[in-house]
Amino acid sequence: MAYFRSHVLVSIDPVCIEKGAYDLIDALHDELVKQGLVDEIQVLETSRIGDPETQGPDLMVYPETVHYSNLSVNDIPFLVEEHFLKGRVAEQYIREAKAILDEELSAPKAKEVRIVLKNIGEIDPLNIEEYIARDGYMALGKVLTEMTPEETIQEVLDSGLRGRGGAGFPTGLKWRFIRNADGDQKFMICNADEGDPGAFANRRVLEGDPHSVIEGMIIGAYAAGASQGYIYCRAEYPIAVRTMKTAIEQARNFGLLGEDILGSGFSFDLEVRMGAGAFVCGEETALMASIEGHRGEPRPRPPFPAQKGLWQQPSNINNVETYSNVPQIILKGAEWFAGLGYKKSTGTKTFSMAGDVKNTGLIEVPFGITLREIIYDVGGGIKDDKAFKAVQTGGPMGGCLPEANLDLPMDYEALGAAGSILGSGGLVVMDEDTCMVDIARFFMEFTQDESCGKCTPCRVGTRRILEILTRICEGNGKPEDIDTLRHLCDEINENSLCGLGKGAPNPVKSTLEHFLDEYEAHIYEKRCPAKVCRNLIRFEIIDGPCTGCTLCARNCPVDAISGERRKTHVIDPDICIKCGICEQLCPYDAIEIV
Amino acid sequence: MSKEVKQGQDVQKLVRTLVEDLGHEKAELIPILQEINDELGYISDDAITELSQLMNIPTSHIYSVATFYRMLSTEPRGRHVLQFCESAPCHVAGGRLVWQKLQRVLGLENGETSPDDKWTLLTTSCLGVCGVGPVMIIDNDLYGNVTPEQVPDILSNYK
Repeated sequence: MAYFRSHVLVSIDPVCIEKGAYDLIDALHDELVKQGLVDEIQVLETSRIGDPETQGPDLMVYPETVHYSNLSVNDIPFLVEEHFLKGRVAEQYIREAKAILDEELSAPKAKEVRIVLKNIGEIDPLNIEEYIARDGYMALGKVLTEMTPEETIQEVLDSGLRGRGGAGFPTGLKWRFIRNADGDQKFMICNADEGDPGAFANRRVLEGDPHSVIEGMIIGAYAAGASQGYIYCRAEYPIAVRTMKTAIEQARNFGLLGEDILGSGFSFDLEVRMGAGAFVCGEETALMASIEGHRGEPRPRPPFPAQKGLWQQPSNINNVETYSNVPQIILKGAEWFAGLGYKKSTGTKTFSMAGDVKNTGLIEVPFGITLREIIYDVGGGIKDDKAFKAVQTGGPMGGCLPEANLDLPMDYEALGAAGSILGSGGLVVMDEDTCMVDIARFFMEFTQDESCGKCTPCRVGTRRILEILTRICEGNGKPEDIDTLRHLCDEINENSLCGLGKGAPNPVKSTLEHFLDEYEAHIYEKRCPAKVCRNLIRFEIIDGPCTGCTLCARNCPVDAISGERRKTHVIDPDICIKCGICEQLCPYDAIEIV
Repeated sequence: MSKEVKQGQDVQKLVRTLVEDLGHEKAELIPILQEINDELGYISDDAITELSQLMNIPTSHIYSVATFYRMLSTEPRGRHVLQFCESAPCHVAGGRLVWQKLQRVLGLENGETSPDDKWTLLTTSCLGVCGVGPVMIIDNDLYGNVTPEQVPDILSNYK
């Protein structure tokens, strides 16, 4: 890598481009050539630096960490002369910068340990040299020159690394199965079909540190004896797809992919395959069917992919986060990794926190941390200081856990025992205003919609559950519904073909267990305790606070509100469609849900 | 996704170029269908017939694949496709009110296209930008932190 005295980063986001960021780069380059500084100062493109609505294009100069804003081409000659030739900061171009916060990933909080997320936001994902500068591909070099495939497998096995896609199968063991399987060609597949609503950790890794995934895959391929790899990425992540394609191309140009990698005699190549919007394709057999050009429907196992996978050949599937951990394990050793975590769950796990928690976004914590620590210490507690009601872990097939479970240590086994799953690490936090029956109905709507329809328990069973839940939310629940739901949950779980069907009942089962009183209130008292279910609530205007400002009446889409100016208004319950607009608008909090 | 309507020979030419570029193997079927969907806005019967002949794959298989994936459509769509994220994080962040407003303003239910072919209203699976929910995507433009009040303004940007 060439040595430069300073690096100038130019913000290239759509707004800055429109304001002439590329012209600015050209002008910078011309001026640096003119001043004879072109070998000392490197100009780089980066994503946004400041707030492009009020500033931009912006420059950031490192290592000085000077931020210039609102530049035009005409400013460049003076700026280059002052800063780079004379070494003086050009104060007039420094403006009070409003820092842009990464809403998804903030600086590590106390109790966080970052392995998978360590490079994200720190390096330019489109430049392989920046990854290499942070020890990238060193693990690959070590494996190819100093370790046999069997030693590599043993190292990963000793680290205790388990599948981060949710199932938690030991990664080293999977690799050994492939190594020992018979087949003409063996495949290494990366499951980047992160479909769980609320989970976006994999997207950030693919977009922010693509080479960690590629390196992990090459190491895995060497260990397992695979010659071809696929990254199956969902089409909802266009930036991730583009970044991965660029990263693969760069790795190939550096001799890290393709024939005879690093002169070791080992050959492996990679390709990106895109999904087309089917949640079930995150299931491994469905994913392989999709790569082959079929409907993404799962098939019964055995045979397991390790024996007969993609095109009937032995195939290994791991998820993005799993692969991304591998280079660090090789570099720092199995013992280091095994020292993090709790019991049989070693290392760290990323969680995507969403819902009614103060700090939403991505975190990475060691296994064994409690849910309470995650929600209150890392997450900052519940929004608007409301009361906590439940947290749903593991995506749409996970369970909803109540307050009583908050001190559970996070690991694969403890969550499983509590009736939920670790899944892909989604955490949806819900406050006291959430109706648990409505939430169960909502998740069932999702799984019912995403059921591929191949096996009957999942296809028909989820529909029956959804019908019953909808009926309960509409105030038409019957006393026997609770037993029917329990029965359906068990049947679907036992008899479905793949993880989608097996997990689909979890939200219903867990809410029935922990929030039965809410189901009973809906069914027996025709009441929604959280005041969410529309058929079971009524909007009323309270006499005192209402000033008769007419705001609600003017905004009611169905003209259900009447009343004279400066007098208390009235809502006609027969016309009201319970859209809630009046309640949102009322400046005096005079509208009450009863 | 405002595309000119392509028919007959244009469709044939498009399909032929794609098969030449991407290859005849079955594994290329989904990438080719995605390209067709992007170009035409949907996968027409003409395109399926042509593809079947060129790739030597039964039309029934192509149709079964084209109808399986949510991002592929076998029905023509409007000039603008609005996809609203219906996932839990957006739902608990106030997505329901936005969705109701969208349906009311457009006069469409999920999956419907307006009679003037301007809008198609769809729900989408999670777009993974849950930090800024509720989220919707119009054609290729992403909108985060959407409130019901913003809906008319956002829609008015599309002609």
